[in-house]
Amino acid sequence: MRIRTAGVVAAFALALAASGCGGGKPAPASSTPQATGKLVIWADDKRAAVLKPFADKFGKDNGVTVTVQAISKDQQTTFVTASQQGSGPDVMVGAHDWIGNLVQNGAIDPVQLTDAQKGGFPEVALKAVTFNGQLYGVPYALENIALIRNTDLAPNAPATIEDLVAAGKALKTAGRATEIMALQTGQNGDVYHLYPLYTSGGGYLFGAKPNGDLDPKDLGVGKPGSIAALTKIQALGEKGDGALKRSIGGDNSIATFTSKKTAFLVSGPWAITDIKKAGIKYDITPVPGFAGGQTAQPFVGVQSFFVAAKGKNKALAQEFVTNYVTSPDLAVALYQAEPRPPALVAALERVRASDPDLAKFLEAGSKGQPMPAIPEMATIWDPLGKAEAAIIGGANVQTTVDAAAKAISGQIK
Amino acid sequence: MSAERLHEVGPAQQAPPVPPTSRAPIDSRPPGPPGRPPEDLLGPPAAWRDRISGLVTRVILLGLVAAIAVWAAFPLIEAEAWVGLGVLVATTVGLFYLYLTRRHVPAKYLVPGTLFLIAFQILPVLYTASTAFSNFGDGHRGSKQDAIVAIQSSSVVQVPGSAEYVLTIASTGDPSTGPLVFLITDPATGQISVGDGSGLEVLDAADATVNAAGKVTAARGYTILNIGQASARSTEITSLTVPTAARAIRSNGLSRAYEGQATRRYDAGCDCVTDTTSNHVWTAANSDGSFVDSEGGRLPQGWRVNVGFRNFATVLTDPNVAGPFLGTFLWNLAFAVGSVFVTFALGVAIALALNSERLRGKAAYRILLVLPYAMPSFAMLLVWRDMFNTDFGLINKLFGLDVDWLGGPWSARFAVILVQLWLGYPYMFLVATGALQAIPKEMNEAAEVDGASPWQRFRQVTLPLLLVALSPLLIASFAFNFNNFNAIYLTTEGGPFPADNPSVGATDLLITYTYRIAFGAAGAQYGLAAAISIFIFIIVATISAVSFRRTRALEEVY
Repeated sequence: MRIRTAGVVAAFALALAASGCGGGKPAPASSTPQATGKLVIWADDKRAAVLKPFADKFGKDNGVTVTVQAISKDQQTTFVTASQQGSGPDVMVGAHDWIGNLVQNGAIDPVQLTDAQKGGFPEVALKAVTFNGQLYGVPYALENIALIRNTDLAPNAPATIEDLVAAGKALKTAGRATEIMALQTGQNGDVYHLYPLYTSGGGYLFGAKPNGDLDPKDLGVGKPGSIAALTKIQALGEKGDGALKRSIGGDNSIATFTSKKTAFLVSGPWAITDIKKAGIKYDITPVPGFAGGQTAQPFVGVQSFFVAAKGKNKALAQEFVTNYVTSPDLAVALYQAEPRPPALVAALERVRASDPDLAKFLEAGSKGQPMPAIPEMATIWDPLGKAEAAIIGGANVQTTVDAAAKAISGQIK
Repeated sequence: MSAERLHEVGPAQQAPPVPPTSRAPIDSRPPGPPGRPPEDLLGPPAAWRDRISGLVTRVILLGLVAAIAVWAAFPLIEAEAWVGLGVLVATTVGLFYLYLTRRHVPAKYLVPGTLFLIAFQILPVLYTASTAFSNFGDGHRGSKQDAIVAIQSSSVVQVPGSAEYVLTIASTGDPSTGPLVFLITDPATGQISVGDGSGLEVLDAADATVNAAGKVTAARGYTILNIGQASARSTEITSLTVPTAARAIRSNGLSRAYEGQATRRYDAGCDCVTDTTSNHVWTAANSDGSFVDSEGGRLPQGWRVNVGFRNFATVLTDPNVAGPFLGTFLWNLAFAVGSVFVTFALGVAIALALNSERLRGKAAYRILLVLPYAMPSFAMLLVWRDMFNTDFGLINKLFGLDVDWLGGPWSARFAVILVQLWLGYPYMFLVATGALQAIPKEMNEAAEVDGASPWQRFRQVTLPLLLVALSPLLIASFAFNFNNFNAIYLTTEGGPFPADNPSVGATDLLITYTYRIAFGAAGAQYGLAAAISIFIFIIVATISAVSFRRTRALEEVY
């Protein structure tokens, strides 16, 4: 019977060999060059769906296979990790403030645009995707926050934040609203939404080097400007006017506005869908600053296409990103999937007529600053946000800002 | 059941099936393990069925093993990971040998579990431990070579004022294998040149046809590659640079070319990177995995190096990390013990009440009580967070309060324990109900006859017996709650934070605090995170080990 067992082993060996051949066939085929190239694009769920038909068209026109994969969560980390392992995409779609981190991880390559192509974008968009003097992404949409106003409750746009507070208080006394405004703060603060007020009060985050790049060694948090700004913000807080409250956070600020509890909402284009659904008459104006203060500057975020440094098909990725993405058709389609203003001026002109909100958001962002893309920005969000929350709650401004500045500078290497 | 017992039962229940061809001569039977029932004792049809079904199972399972091995082998071969391939082959051969031989019966039962233990427990632990000794994290992910490539390729700039060319990819031979050349059209002059690795040559205009956009559509002596053919040779195209008088022409995609140069160059001699425009020098600091200049500035692209015990030292000495450690640890302990205690107390109380024989509609109550357990805790935690909102939350509205629940340290701590209670008591209720039904009624009756009060009966009879059954679950629950990341992160995110210290909040657990240190600021720092999680592992392991020892003492007493 030992012999029989050996026979069975031999049979298994044959089966193994057979299954080996069967399972193995696709692998060597995919590792040898095929007649057509393959391009893999990663985007979040919504954009992946919109990109699909355009990617298919690009593929059909050029005789290549284009795959669009939806990455539903943690796109940046997933991309960096996958790139490192060599299983990443050729093209990545994401926000411009990832650039610093993607570059330090060697995950993306610079893109070369012609002067004519660069001319098709507003300056702020190009500035946003520039890091260490190099262009790292091709912008396709801009986004920034603005003041959204219920025109039934507040017919006139406030020129300053003080006007806004006065109007809000009047509505509260009249019983027509319960909150002065909805600017999301939450228990842990929100640097992004408070940034217009922070800049209007005289605060800044990073100074600029002579060449225009941000200088992580010149930290604005803790400087007199930031103290002045946060003192003004505190006056709007829970112990002051009560316009800024920690109980209003990202999960309920839009709902507070759509349920007509307040006449003013500080938010971005993503809030418009809900507001329209609620049937509220609204207008969009820039976020006002403090009376006699500096310009209130919102952050401008730029959604971009990146060429992965470790992609398997870089030449095709560059072709797609620099020549195809810069066509207005794609930008218009992406706009239709989610109404953020297209970065391409030509595309914007095409949709501007049908959507008056776009121009208003752009106007509100025209004085904004691109969100810093340097990796050091990661150290700002958490400590400064918490400091802002504590200050809105009534904590001592000086000691709170000093603690935040210490925590931030301790993290900057 | 102990392994020994398994061993005893195993072979008898599941005699290794014999291939059907083995029906014949008795003399060829191998020496089976002693005590194995002779095959002939099974009636012929039953034996046949057993043998065939055993054989089929074995073929299927071993077939799966083979399939997985083959599937795993190709990436290993492609990555030239010969050690990994060796392990794979040895494991597969070992598995085949083990399940085709009739010997080593105990090993047949132990090996699958051991393999899974190695794959899912030991390897991750070893990986975490090895990460703890490195600077692995954002900016330090790959090798030094990766960093150098990234630095050089991200420094390529277009030569100021140089022309943009229209590019056509062509080959002097077969489109998929022949040598590649760039056909470059200067849009200003319309002149066409041929470029390859050796340089640029002007092509006679009569030899080429050009379309309106400047792309060459045909050229004598060259095969034009379409985009599909060209993109299949993407790597060759990207790496092909055509040297010109001063710089080099590079492709940008498949239809444009530009004159570019890398402005940063690595020199192995000085182990440094030099910027060719400003002559700024960054020297490699190999113990940090970065290129640093004389002023302390560093290039963003670094690499992964072994940093020894530096991460552990950071945990113990860095005031940002070590300072709040003790306070956080105490609250963490209180949170875990508190969560277990309140859920256990409420769960047992309800189980006792529902265990009463006089109660009607028990099933309905039980279903209602288990509901919180059936809901996804993710969603419930977020709902609870909103209910604690000062101005809009249900709790303040319902009770007419104006408490800033998540804004004060003690109210926030109370709130998270309350949420834990709501989420956790159904589990304790379920297990306590089960354990209660296993306690013989006679014991309580005997105590009653002896004149024990209900409280005495509970304290002296029911509770100790419950604890014998439930102690391991309580310890597991403690260990789970000790690292209950979601319970904190989805409700308070660790807050409220004292105004003078944004790094650690009143409800922070060690794990949420670690998460913030490791991933919140300055990008991901996996090395530091791994070091802290080793500390947490040691703490939880010690506490659990001590508790289990105490439990064993409990079992011996009762």
